[in-house]
Amino acid sequence: MAGMRPKTLIIRAAGTNCDRELAHAFELAGALTQTIHLNELIREPGWVEQAEIIGFPGGFSYGDDIAAGRIFANRLRRRLLEPLRAAVARGTPIIGICNGFQVLVKLGLLPDPDAAGQSATLADNVNGRFIDRWVRVEAPESRCVWTRGLGKFELPIAHGEGRFVPASDDLLKRWTDAGQIALRYAPDDNPNGSTADIAGVCDASGLVLGLMPHPERYTHLTNHPQWTRRQAAGQFVPPAGLGFFVNAVKHVRAAAAAKAEPAVAAQ
Amino acid sequence: MTASPASSVSIDLSAAPVRVIRVEVRPRVGEPDAAASAALAEARVAAGPVGDVRLARVYLIEAPLDDAAAALLARELLADPINQEAAVGVSPLPAGGATLEVHYQAGVMDPVAQSTRHAIVEMFPGLRAEQVEVRTGFRYDFHDTAAGPEALKRFVERSLANPVIQDIHAQPFHPEKFAHGSDYAPVVRHVAMRELDDAGLVKMSREAHLFLSLEEMRAVRDYFRAGDREPTDAELETLAQTWSEHCVHKTLKSTVRYTEPAGKPTIPNVAGRAGHTINPDGSLTIENLLKSTIAAATFNLMHQDPNGLGTWCVSVFKDNAGIVRFDAQDGVCIKVETHNHPSAIEPYGGAATGIGGCIRDVMGTGLAAKPIANTDVFCVAYPDAPSGGKAGESAGNSGGSAWTTDTTAIPKGVIPPTRTLKQVVAGVRDYGNRIGIPTINGAVWFHPDYLANPLVFAGCVGLIPLDKCFGQAKNADRIIALGGRTGRDGIHGATFSSAELTDTHADEFAHAVQIGNAITQKGVLDVLLQARDIPASEGGPLFNAITDCGAGGFSSAVGEMGKDLGAHVTLETAPLKYSGLSYTEIWISEAQERMVLAVPPEKVERLKALCDAQDVEMCDLGQFGWLSSGPGGGEPVLALSYKGIEVGKMSMHFLHEGIPTPTREASWDGSSTVAPAPVRKTSVAPDAPIGEILAALLAHPNIASKHWIIRQYDHEVQGGSVVKPLVGPAQDGPSDASVLRPKLGSDRGIAIGSGLQTGLGEKTPGGDSYWMALAAIDEAVRNVVCAGADPTRIAILDNFCWPRCDDPRQLGSLVRAAEACYDGAMAYRTPFVSGKDSLSNQFTTEDGKLITIPPTLLITALGMVPDVTHSRTMDAKAAGNSLLIIGRTGTQVGGSHFATVTGDGSRDARIPHVDLAIGPKTAAAVADLIARGLVASAHDCSDGGMLTAAAEMAFAGRVGLDVDLDGLPAERELDDATACFAETPSRYLLEVAPAKLDAVVRLLRQAGLAFGQVGRFAAHQRLTVRCAKHGRLADVALDDLRAAWLGPLDW
Repeated sequence: MAGMRPKTLIIRAAGTNCDRELAHAFELAGALTQTIHLNELIREPGWVEQAEIIGFPGGFSYGDDIAAGRIFANRLRRRLLEPLRAAVARGTPIIGICNGFQVLVKLGLLPDPDAAGQSATLADNVNGRFIDRWVRVEAPESRCVWTRGLGKFELPIAHGEGRFVPASDDLLKRWTDAGQIALRYAPDDNPNGSTADIAGVCDASGLVLGLMPHPERYTHLTNHPQWTRRQAAGQFVPPAGLGFFVNAVKHVRAAAAAKAEPAVAAQ
Repeated sequence: MTASPASSVSIDLSAAPVRVIRVEVRPRVGEPDAAASAALAEARVAAGPVGDVRLARVYLIEAPLDDAAAALLARELLADPINQEAAVGVSPLPAGGATLEVHYQAGVMDPVAQSTRHAIVEMFPGLRAEQVEVRTGFRYDFHDTAAGPEALKRFVERSLANPVIQDIHAQPFHPEKFAHGSDYAPVVRHVAMRELDDAGLVKMSREAHLFLSLEEMRAVRDYFRAGDREPTDAELETLAQTWSEHCVHKTLKSTVRYTEPAGKPTIPNVAGRAGHTINPDGSLTIENLLKSTIAAATFNLMHQDPNGLGTWCVSVFKDNAGIVRFDAQDGVCIKVETHNHPSAIEPYGGAATGIGGCIRDVMGTGLAAKPIANTDVFCVAYPDAPSGGKAGESAGNSGGSAWTTDTTAIPKGVIPPTRTLKQVVAGVRDYGNRIGIPTINGAVWFHPDYLANPLVFAGCVGLIPLDKCFGQAKNADRIIALGGRTGRDGIHGATFSSAELTDTHADEFAHAVQIGNAITQKGVLDVLLQARDIPASEGGPLFNAITDCGAGGFSSAVGEMGKDLGAHVTLETAPLKYSGLSYTEIWISEAQERMVLAVPPEKVERLKALCDAQDVEMCDLGQFGWLSSGPGGGEPVLALSYKGIEVGKMSMHFLHEGIPTPTREASWDGSSTVAPAPVRKTSVAPDAPIGEILAALLAHPNIASKHWIIRQYDHEVQGGSVVKPLVGPAQDGPSDASVLRPKLGSDRGIAIGSGLQTGLGEKTPGGDSYWMALAAIDEAVRNVVCAGADPTRIAILDNFCWPRCDDPRQLGSLVRAAEACYDGAMAYRTPFVSGKDSLSNQFTTEDGKLITIPPTLLITALGMVPDVTHSRTMDAKAAGNSLLIIGRTGTQVGGSHFATVTGDGSRDARIPHVDLAIGPKTAAAVADLIARGLVASAHDCSDGGMLTAAAEMAFAGRVGLDVDLDGLPAERELDDATACFAETPSRYLLEVAPAKLDAVVRLLRQAGLAFGQVGRFAAHQRLTVRCAKHGRLADVALDDLRAAWLGPLDW
């Protein structure tokens, strides 16, 4: 299964605008991608069943009108929540980046799909403004299949509503204890006032990741703001954003291999 | 605490009467609310003590929904269950305070209302879209304040709302029902003009907002006299738009007679130039100014180098944007527009639709390009003085308070500059970010005379397959409109932008204001690229031609596309935002987010299917190919009908070629065209210590950090960012240009930079727009070269913003700038590929005072970067490296920031001149060093001079710097301040590692360029300056310099 190219479904809607670079990142990591409009998916939910990885890209779905991700999430909740839950149950990794994260949280798929509704939110940045800059982040030990082994690195953020707010301290403690905090801002580099410096969370299965920073914007050496300095100093640092997608592809390949082996043995 | 799960809701629509449901949504108490906090801070300044401000978004929903449905909407759609609370109806008013509400006026584009309406319809099966209407507003609760409702209303009007598009209510607004448009019964209106004399024509032109000259009005009258009929209102409006300065650029395309008091023109090199004749009296006649200067340079360059620039330039001056070759498959196109008048009366909407319109230009180039980058440049007056008071004259050498506008003296009808700047930034931010195009380059220039005429330049770059660069409508193609619905917004935008502003314009032209909806345009873009990219074997592309609906609306788009074929438009088929629009309003509305396509009849259904799948609206407006005698023959005409009634029929030839082209008078007397603005002084004198002058320069708003703006723009979406607008280890150094990779699979890139040298124009004593224009070209080239562009593949664009050019002195200044564009483009071998002008930028105050803007020429440069891994950033890299300056420094400080900041009067007050032999040679040599990998960092030496640029490199890189002025090559011996701060053009600063210094020195000597080592980067955190004669001149902490630079615009 080493060379298998997982079928990756990228879901876009009116105002999605990071779908092309997300597809590019997945392709670089070895996946096959198909980008599909939410309208088409509502007509044909079978796409979800065939997907081996699912990505919700960044952007301004429906203009961020009312609140970021709200309208996209409402449409999903009415039409596609069950197929998505089933996909997670089948072991399909799902990633929501920036607006995709906002969608997954407002849909209730993250961080706690059993809460029967929203258990956290992504609110206005504490300074009330859209911010684009690079931040230092760390992937702590967690259940997340996407952030495995990534350690400390830098990623760009670009959002106006990224302040992670849990519904309660108890829930936050539960998620923390369960290893669901997949990504944190460096404590002195929290750009938006997120509770506990949370930049990304995963569900209890570790398959569903949502994060505000944009790993798909760091898949080339020259994306990094310090690449000319590193070049001058003779340092080579591989683009850390790519690691997320490589991890997911590896996970799917390993799962497929594990599934295939007993079958082979039985023959 | 979690929200209740979603349930499928079905409601009994027959049970609920149509009514307006009101829902307020606000953050829970204790949640941060930055907008409310900002309003509180401003309210305290403007209206005295206020305990608190709370802010709620108000949704007014007209629909047949009952109370249970309203509660569900509030809970599930409108409020966030975690951190917001919703109230249906009017929540209690604050005790001991007041409530004010700001609501969009009916008919004003409100994207949130549109999205909410769609979401509501989807929530309630059985509810139809036309049964629901949503409007939104904001409720401000002012707690614990003694300020009266009138004072608060004035504050809200000034700081939180724009009365041109919003109503302010002194109590919560909850109408029982909305006013709806009434049905429109068509009556064909004819306008009696055949019998008018000159006075009558002039009056009609002004009163009907046609803004045509007397000669043009006569030509119109004579056309209809010859046809023995009166024009319909639609015909007259079509002519006014098609002939507006905005659409036809009649000044730049006209023949100009240019005179100088001493006889022969002092413009260099014009004798013998094609299209130029020196008359016996010494005056100069230029036929078609644009063609004989700017365009001539491009065509000459292409002709001289047929296999190089000749093939690199793919499409110039004929389409919505100019196209050059990017690689073997694709071209890049670029366009820069201005949106000045709309931004003066509604800065947010004006700037947003400015960038939106420029993006549509790129979408409407060839057979549609994919936008990949935006730029924005603003020219505004200095920020408001704190507390809305008098401008500060006494401020010290740091902080921005020396550079302010006295808001108590702002003329009626003018929005204060701080609000203007904040709103234009928000407009560009919200449009560019939403549509997913990185905004990667910009600048802000401050001058008091931009007060009433702020300039908003918006640029867009696109990627387009080389086989899709040209489109042509064909006979019988359907006229298809895509995107937004048509409403009353933006009526008369084209003619309005061609007029001079006065204190009453905000009232008179409220209808010209446009608000954008980026998501509608993104949907159109998605559909266009899909329709374009269907391979020919599968019947693609689905259209033969495309253009955007910009100024002039359908009138301009269809008129242009059907110029040679004729067109018939059925106006009743355009989808409307609301009923009641007349046929003329439909025809000339400049409602946003619309594109017009020429679609072969057999492909209409496939295009419709693409649109339907993505919620994009499309309509069939008629057909191309329409002749005066019907299908049988005759000449191409523009025929308009409404429900079968003919409401217009005009010759396409007259429409496009009938405009009179009088010879225009231009003069230039070598002095300022208007009284020079007084040079403003800080407390820093010209003989102050070098370190103090440096800090004051870094704090001048033109030079000070623009991070407050840049950080609000997504400059990395699409994933190809290479050199960002802010660089260095803490991302706070000012880039000269931005570089990106348009194709993620390739290391080939583009660099975008700009040049703006307004200080050298005629508002400066001794200023001359000829040298201003050359300096702008030189600066634009330097900027992209520093980032890694190949100087043999740089395309440039011109954007002229001038006061009214029916004043010969203003036109004289414009002529000199245009001639400089020719000389500059030829010398640097940088073809102009597109451009735009805005020539009515002046304002008459209520008491008759005229404010003209400084003549302003923005040059935008688009350079090819063969390998992005050779790009450079400006932040210093390492201690021990040398700092070299390339280029000689002159004595002139006229127009420099040093002169502005210190009010210097004792040095050489002449403005510097670009040397056209040395500038291009220097650019080539610097680019060569960069391409060879010999340069650690490169920075353009411009605003603020050498020491300012050197300081920026040092503090951006967090590396100390010891400057030695003895290494500075100069034309003659310079005093220390001139050496540090003169803004001599064509100079670069390069950081070079010790191991590479010999090679660099050898190559620069070979190139025959003046250069010298002016410093060494050091392992400390200070900037020191010395020279042999005077010893140590400065020793300043980098942190202090950086703080001076970061502070003024850290809003």
